[in-house]
Amino acid sequence: MTRQTSKSKPVLEIENLCTVFHAEDGAWPAINGLSLTLQAGEVLGLVGESGSGKSVAGFSVMGLIDHPGEIVSGSVRLKGRDLREMSEEELRRIRGSEMAMIFQDPLTTLNPVLTIGEQMAETIFEHRSDISKATINDRCVELLRKVGITSPAARLEQYPHELSGGMRQRIAIAIALLNNPDLIIADEPTTALDVTIQGQIIAEMQALQAESGTALIWITHDLAVVSELADRVAVMYAGDIVEQGTTDEILDDPRHPYTIGLLASVPGDAIPGEPLHQISGMAPSLAARPAGCSFHPRCERASDLCREKDPAPTSDGNGRMWRCHHPVQASPATDGEAER
Amino acid sequence: MTVSSPKTRQPVEKTAGRRRALALLKSRPSLIGSLITFAAVILIGLVLPSLAPQNPYDMTSYSVMDNLLPPGSQSFDGTTFWLGTDPQGRDMVSAILYGMRISLIVGLLSTAAAMIIGVCVGLTAAVFGGLVETLLMRLVDFILGFPSILVALVLLTVLGRGVDKVILAIIMVQWAHYARIMRSSALTELRKEYVEAARNLGYSKLRIMFRHIMPNSLSAVLVVCTIQVASAITLEATLSFLGVGVPVTHPSLGLLVASGFDYLLSGEYWISFYPGIALVFLVFTPNLVGDRLRRSLDPK
Repeated sequence: MTRQTSKSKPVLEIENLCTVFHAEDGAWPAINGLSLTLQAGEVLGLVGESGSGKSVAGFSVMGLIDHPGEIVSGSVRLKGRDLREMSEEELRRIRGSEMAMIFQDPLTTLNPVLTIGEQMAETIFEHRSDISKATINDRCVELLRKVGITSPAARLEQYPHELSGGMRQRIAIAIALLNNPDLIIADEPTTALDVTIQGQIIAEMQALQAESGTALIWITHDLAVVSELADRVAVMYAGDIVEQGTTDEILDDPRHPYTIGLLASVPGDAIPGEPLHQISGMAPSLAARPAGCSFHPRCERASDLCREKDPAPTSDGNGRMWRCHHPVQASPATDGEAER
Repeated sequence: MTVSSPKTRQPVEKTAGRRRALALLKSRPSLIGSLITFAAVILIGLVLPSLAPQNPYDMTSYSVMDNLLPPGSQSFDGTTFWLGTDPQGRDMVSAILYGMRISLIVGLLSTAAAMIIGVCVGLTAAVFGGLVETLLMRLVDFILGFPSILVALVLLTVLGRGVDKVILAIIMVQWAHYARIMRSSALTELRKEYVEAARNLGYSKLRIMFRHIMPNSLSAVLVVCTIQVASAITLEATLSFLGVGVPVTHPSLGLLVASGFDYLLSGEYWISFYPGIALVFLVFTPNLVGDRLRRSLDPK
């Protein structure tokens, strides 16, 4: 499903990735044959419910799946190099320099006993030990200014507990950007912040991303955030991508019933007094993935075919992809087995 | 400067935060009080012996003629024995001061060494997990399974007497306590997001262990440490009392208590009594510091 019209070399290529968690009664798949391509400078929104495997996908890319989790098959290539074939030491050098991650809860991502300056300096120093202290300090101040922190030099002396959540998340973003990574994975970085701060951070992230040309994977469950930020959207369900396309395509012309359900669940469109739309049922647990299409128990359009056979990805040849036996036909241009 | 918000942990203050450390201390007078008492005890134990009226190691400085004098009596040359003399004619004040020094040195050195070993072992077990953890922690369980006095007795029987050997024996029985506590608090820290973030930024394992996890899990260890100083002092006194600890030529508190033991019933109470009081004081103050420290470091 790689985007065929790619001019530049992709930054990240994930192919058929499977990550399982080992339990006493066998291996439970958290990521189930995920494939994804990200071009340089592209922003991808990775959307899904809790438990759909978004975060596990992020950690799988970073190579930080710990026991009892295990990446069992597939490949993850960063700028053409297969991360799964690298030694732990090679991977460590890449983490934080060529790819970095931003986490959900800014209150816990910074070490409480080190000053901001110490934590930032460490990130540069661990990857380039030949740099002078003055240069490191300049770089830290520069980045803090870029993420919109006032009086950055003074902040370097402070401890995380002296700063607000929004400030801490800005610092976490600054730390991720310190070594000019090619790829940043942001795991719900604005979920824990209040709405005004969320807006500011998204705007700043947009500006920073445009300036640095870093590819960005923005993991979220919030479609509103995605619509502001992302070039492309991938919708995840039960460990796999069920629909992928440009942000406009996904928001305006969704094909997969799950995407439609997600869009309808956004409270912003609700009529006051009416009950909010919800997708009935729960996301399947790792242990009990249904046979056939994993969404069929919750799908209004499910047929016998869905109960038996997992749908293969359908592609329109232009980066648009969906996995459904009965896609919603909004525009007549594409194929597919419309049976309704 | 107010004390930090209740949500966050109290950071281990460094030079840059010296002012804040002082502010923290000011807000907790009982902690200051206990720290001052502890400092005073250390000062008494380490400095005062050189000012003592008599050197109990120096056989020429005392006379057997002065033996078993009650507190307050005078010797032939006019010096007053405020706490009396022991069976060899030694001044009890001097003997107690020298004894406190030995007890403190043994307590502090063995605790410091045991803490360093225990912290490293606990940290390694927590971070590496798997077989390493299983082996190390079973060893810890094994050591903690025996009463410490028994282990120390066996070790000293094999090694012989001596201050260094007592220290070694105490380290052997105490490091396991630190290892166990360090492992459990390191495990809680390991689950926190900042450790995950540190790994994501490509920090080396050693850096994550000693710069990120260790300082954050040290508060529990420090509290245990003060209590262990007290228990090391008690253990040393017990071993010396039983006659396997420091050599008889050293006036350890335990030895002094033991030497007065035979005279207790004949009315010469001061030989056991005053060293006993000194010992209680020595054990009480670090415990007090530990208790205050725990209350201050505990965010609740």
